Amino acid sequence: MVATRFHAVRESARMIGEMIRKEFLQIRQDRRMLMVSLFAPVLQVLLLGYAATTDLTNASLVVCDQDRTPESRTFIRRFTTSGYFVERYRVDVPDEANRYIEHAEASMALVVPKGFGSSLLRREQAHVQVVLDGTDANTSNVLLGYASQVVASASQEILLDAASAMRGMRVGMVVPEPRIWFNPDLKSANYMVPGVVVLVLMVITLMLTSLGIVREKEIGTLEQLMVTPIKPHELILGKLIPFAAIGFTDVVVVLAVARFWFHVPMVGSIPLLFALSGLFILTTLGLGLFVSTIAKSQQQAMLIAMFFVMMPMMFLGGFVFPIANMPPVIQATTYVMPLRYFFEIVRGILLKGAGPAELWHQALALIVFGVVILTLSVWRFRKTLG
Amino acid sequence: MTILKALRPMVRKEFRQIRRDPASLGMLLVLPAGMIILVGYALNFDVKHIPLVIWDQSRTHESREFAEHFRTTEYFSHLYDAASYDEIEEHFLNGRAKIALVIPENFGRSLLAGEETRVQILVDGSDANTGGQAVGYAGRMTADYSLRLIGEAFQRVGRKQYVPLDLQPRIWYNPDLVSSKFLVPGLIGLIISLTAVISTALTVVREKELGTMEQIMVSPLRPIQVIAGKTLPYLAISLVATTAILVLGYLLFDIEIKGSLLVLYSGIVMVILGGLGQGLLVSTVTDSQQVAFMAAALSSLLPGFILSGFVFPISSMPVVLQVLSNVTVNKFFLVVVRGIMLKGVGIEAIWPQFVYMAIFSGVTLGISVRRMQKQVR
Repeated sequence: MVATRFHAVRESARMIGEMIRKEFLQIRQDRRMLMVSLFAPVLQVLLLGYAATTDLTNASLVVCDQDRTPESRTFIRRFTTSGYFVERYRVDVPDEANRYIEHAEASMALVVPKGFGSSLLRREQAHVQVVLDGTDANTSNVLLGYASQVVASASQEILLDAASAMRGMRVGMVVPEPRIWFNPDLKSANYMVPGVVVLVLMVITLMLTSLGIVREKEIGTLEQLMVTPIKPHELILGKLIPFAAIGFTDVVVVLAVARFWFHVPMVGSIPLLFALSGLFILTTLGLGLFVSTIAKSQQQAMLIAMFFVMMPMMFLGGFVFPIANMPPVIQATTYVMPLRYFFEIVRGILLKGAGPAELWHQALALIVFGVVILTLSVWRFRKTLG
Repeated sequence: MTILKALRPMVRKEFRQIRRDPASLGMLLVLPAGMIILVGYALNFDVKHIPLVIWDQSRTHESREFAEHFRTTEYFSHLYDAASYDEIEEHFLNGRAKIALVIPENFGRSLLAGEETRVQILVDGSDANTGGQAVGYAGRMTADYSLRLIGEAFQRVGRKQYVPLDLQPRIWYNPDLVSSKFLVPGLIGLIISLTAVISTALTVVREKELGTMEQIMVSPLRPIQVIAGKTLPYLAISLVATTAILVLGYLLFDIEIKGSLLVLYSGIVMVILGGLGQGLLVSTVTDSQQVAFMAAALSSLLPGFILSGFVFPISSMPVVLQVLSNVTVNKFFLVVVRGIMLKGVGIEAIWPQFVYMAIFSGVTLGISVRRMQKQVR
């Protein structure tokens, strides 16, 4: 009894081994595919890592000083020395400033109207205007935030000066002391480059397998496989393992680019990162295989992989759009996206040094997803055979 | 005229093939609009309700009043109270909180004594965008609080309470700075161009792989006719899908088209032609559907998303990448679609984009025809 079971296991391992050998032979024949799957990820991370930036420093400012008093000049200097804005243009009338905004030649216009200085001297409220193009709401919001900060601290200083001139006046004040953890310079690359790495890995691994079975169906070689004694789960594993090897090579390569080219900090445990990356590519390779068992042609497989798998994860997985801001229904759908967990894992390990204590939920979710998707693939494949 | 006549059988054949695979046709027609519904609601850049931890060491009337400011704003949502740095760090590590306010023990006493007090604002900076905005909000709120304290002190000595400077922002086109108004038109552009690339990327290479290409080659059709025959049916399909997107965008997201519909549709035709050209180019230079799929996805999906200006402003990118971003036809269309939908600009403001798109589709379709010629020989 034991002997026969042992024999069956050995037989199964042999089958999987043969299948792997066949897949590797096929991969070797298709050199182009191998080249694409090893070099394209590096190129993509290099290019997109630079492109994905939300840093906003030295926003260009067009200044219109209609007041021309020492007070207005001091005030304008506060903007240009804040580190956020650089004065690019100076104009005489507000309409001219507007034109720079209209043609997107400056990011913000600062207009100090006539009477600014005299209002301040009379201890009355003085008004200043800023003009922004709201089309890119995020950028404008950040710039408006900077402008409000500059104006608020100017107000505070004016009042304090007035107070200190008065005898017996004591004013309590609160001063914020910001300390930024994990990414002290607030470099967006430290957050975005790991994000790009994850996206590139998802795209490349999904593409490796999503045509796997349907291609054999379309060309007709699947029937040849079916007449061999190979079992569905052996075939699925045989299709999976060679691509897992390629996918894991990609993991190592793109992480190296992130570390040594972009200098993304790697605070946490690298072995843990590799282990969890292995889990992640099993889920995406599994997803690809599942797609290739339900598609009837390679064309269909590509459409399903792009529209149902890659695009939703790309938009909703948490790459740039925070999941916490999404409507609850859509937040719920993100729980079935392996990408969501892997974003948390990669950014957590690299930037915050998160360990197993913080990441076991995510790891568990990836395992469950992987097992379910591979089981579904085997089941779908068996149906195709029957 | 004769060219058009010669095209007809090729177009008819392509349409028949498309009809034979109704699942793919359905996906090309319905999914772009479906993607808009799913993603349009979710896309949101607005940094609000940042999860906040408060550690109030002072526990006085003053400190509670100060913390109340942070509690009642929509920028933060106060989720946890902590009593040590370790606790705060744990919240940060688990991603449960992104900002912490630490009020020192002497807070109440110092304020009453009329001294300066420092409060610590700890921020999880890993997400630089959110972190930066959180620091900004916290700075503004403490400044406002200080201004109030000064104002009250002025009142006590019988002076007028006032805020010296008043900032009046004027924000054009999108006064409430709703990020979806920026993102949804961009999303429409992205989906249209991606769908166009995907729809033709396998068409030629499939015929090569299945061996039917040779039959086309021995027919009297010229390469340009084959390419046109492969382009036109998908142009029609994409136009239908795009119309569905625009109607849904209007019904669900109140995205009105401020500018001319005619100019918008001209832009749409141009970007679809560019995308179809890119797909055909991929299809004529590859030998297997597998490689074609990879080349199409790698050249369109992430570049269209990240390099096109959809979320990341092109002006913030390094100069080399600003030049390289021209490989995504989507980049030009985004300017067109945002200009028309949000600003209502006319053709005079965006004609250069049309020129770029024409060059892009001319080059991609032209190379595809050349490649076909080579294969025929």
